[in-house]
Amino acid sequence: MMKQVPDEHGRFGPFGGRYVPETLMNALIELEESYLKYKDDPEFQAEIAYLLKQYSGRETPLYYAERLTEHLGGAKIYLKREDLNHTGAHKINNAIGQGILAKRMGKQKVIAETGAGQHGVATATVAALLGLECKVFMGEEDTKRQQLNVFRMKLLGAEVVPVMSGTRTLKDACNEALRYWVSNVHDTFYILGSATGPHPYPMMVRNFQRVIGDETRKQILEAEGRLPDMLVAAVGGGSNAIGMFYPFVEDQDVCLVGVEAAGKGVDTDFHAATMTKGTKGVFQGSMSYLLQDAYGQVLPAHSISAGLDYPGIGPEHSYLKDIERAKYYPITDREALDALQLLSRTEGIIPALESAHAVAQVVKMAPAMSRGEIIVICLSGRGDKDVESIMAYTEGGETV
Amino acid sequence: MSVMAENLLDATFAKLKAAGNTALIPFVTVGDPDPEITLDILTVLEEAGADVVELGVPYSDPLADGPVIQRASERALVHGVTVASCIETAVKARERGIRLPFVLFTYYNPVLQMGTERFFAELKAAGISGLIIPDLPYEESEEVLALADAADVKLIPLVAPTSSGRIAQILARARGFVYCVSSLGVTGERATFHASVNDFIASVKGQTDLPVAVGFGISSREQVERFAAICDGAVVGSAIVRKIEESLPLLTQPSTREQGLLQIRDFVAKLRL
Repeated sequence: MMKQVPDEHGRFGPFGGRYVPETLMNALIELEESYLKYKDDPEFQAEIAYLLKQYSGRETPLYYAERLTEHLGGAKIYLKREDLNHTGAHKINNAIGQGILAKRMGKQKVIAETGAGQHGVATATVAALLGLECKVFMGEEDTKRQQLNVFRMKLLGAEVVPVMSGTRTLKDACNEALRYWVSNVHDTFYILGSATGPHPYPMMVRNFQRVIGDETRKQILEAEGRLPDMLVAAVGGGSNAIGMFYPFVEDQDVCLVGVEAAGKGVDTDFHAATMTKGTKGVFQGSMSYLLQDAYGQVLPAHSISAGLDYPGIGPEHSYLKDIERAKYYPITDREALDALQLLSRTEGIIPALESAHAVAQVVKMAPAMSRGEIIVICLSGRGDKDVESIMAYTEGGETV
Repeated sequence: MSVMAENLLDATFAKLKAAGNTALIPFVTVGDPDPEITLDILTVLEEAGADVVELGVPYSDPLADGPVIQRASERALVHGVTVASCIETAVKARERGIRLPFVLFTYYNPVLQMGTERFFAELKAAGISGLIIPDLPYEESEEVLALADAADVKLIPLVAPTSSGRIAQILARARGFVYCVSSLGVTGERATFHASVNDFIASVKGQTDLPVAVGFGISSREQVERFAAICDGAVVGSAIVRKIEESLPLLTQPSTREQGLLQIRDFVAKLRL
């Protein structure tokens, strides 16, 4: 048995914790107390389960990608189809959970940060469903890259706030959401979208996302009568990956593989490879690996995928890396685009650029594995939102 | 064993108390608009009657700060300002004859990356009296507090209007003075303050013998007066940083720098009661 993480201080080994201004401490303690109070409440759980099933369409299929498997000629590949969720990504699992918690806590307003826009859309959707006012903070750079999602959020009745500070991407959207929350804690709930931030967020987001891994476990046992040899998931902040990994952490025979964005390459200045190139530090409320300079200034990240374009990573991933329970590999923009194309043409499934990173890692690993081995890829989102970025990349002189 | 000299911060507050005065505590971002001009600004702050000065270490992700101090951080980071170079600025300021007690204001990550032991050794060597780490709540501060105590650097805690049940724990670890946050939100000027802030400050004062200063949003003489009546110090940050920002065209030209410094000096002098 591994030790239960996080501990009561929100620590995953040396990682995690709660490094925020005193002005936020009370709100985080209140959030933690409310979450712990409702976590095991059957009514709360039933409400979430109902919406996951009837509203989001869970459970999502575990699909055997036969043509991709044959093409790669190695391990048998399954796709956990989180892209088939309502709103097109795994983000809705967590947004439903936190949205219902917000209602229980009597908060009428919710805020969120978003990178690719998937979490923003999921939050705007849940806010509409639950009758909550919604404000989404999005880096100005990302509002340009993901115009379609900006429009979707507005259609859903949310206000989208373009963030002009810092690098104008996901990390700055998080900063701005936290700053706004400090001023409005009395009536506002912050629906944080990744397994990052101060305690209790990494734990809470993991628990709302573990439905991915719980379903996968049941489905693979039905399909194959045994557990998979390997789970592969893309990691930005790491919410889909931790949701997939967590129910398997004790199963030492199941390899856990996280895939981070190498952008233009880990030896350039344009990547988001936090595990490969980062060092330990405190960022946005928790201790974790981080892209930073020697003086502790956070470095800008780069990835073609707005959802992975983040210099930090959730603390539980840092812990899984350090105890050598999970491995993390970098995948470049180019490799992700190639994988996106491959999956589109072999299976008729256009994955999100984020998820394409996971597919690309499998393209590298599966051929060296035997036909008797089983890989499950967390296909965290669908690629419709990325079509424009892919076209722009192509027009930039690169061919898909 | 040598007798440790009294911490300059303690001495300053004791003197002010004896005279019945309130401390005026300006904040500046070190390196805004460049490290050399920061030294000139520190000189005029002292001339204008500041009692203590907060030296802000610029940071890429200043969570507790509003747009004015964020922009100052960005201007300073262009010059490659680091924690170590901020401490060096304090040393240079002393060499120039500035006698003000210094309080370093820095986010935690730059401290961690420098190494906490080296950090406190340098603070001590530089004669920096106090330290504020806004993203280090008491639950995470044990190691830092021990090192700070050993170096006789006062670790000054923030107390928020929402801290209520936590105040006793915070005050038990407070050193130097207690920094009350006037209202929720980030740093930045505020037009008005909620009346309940008086009760909040009175409640904190009732629970500690340390001086109590108020900050976040104080930007005018009227507001300094308002708080002087109920506490021992007023921190003025964004309003001074904004004044520096407005004076940038003057400050960055050698021929008009004096004029820019004079504007800052006049502004701060008017805040002095």
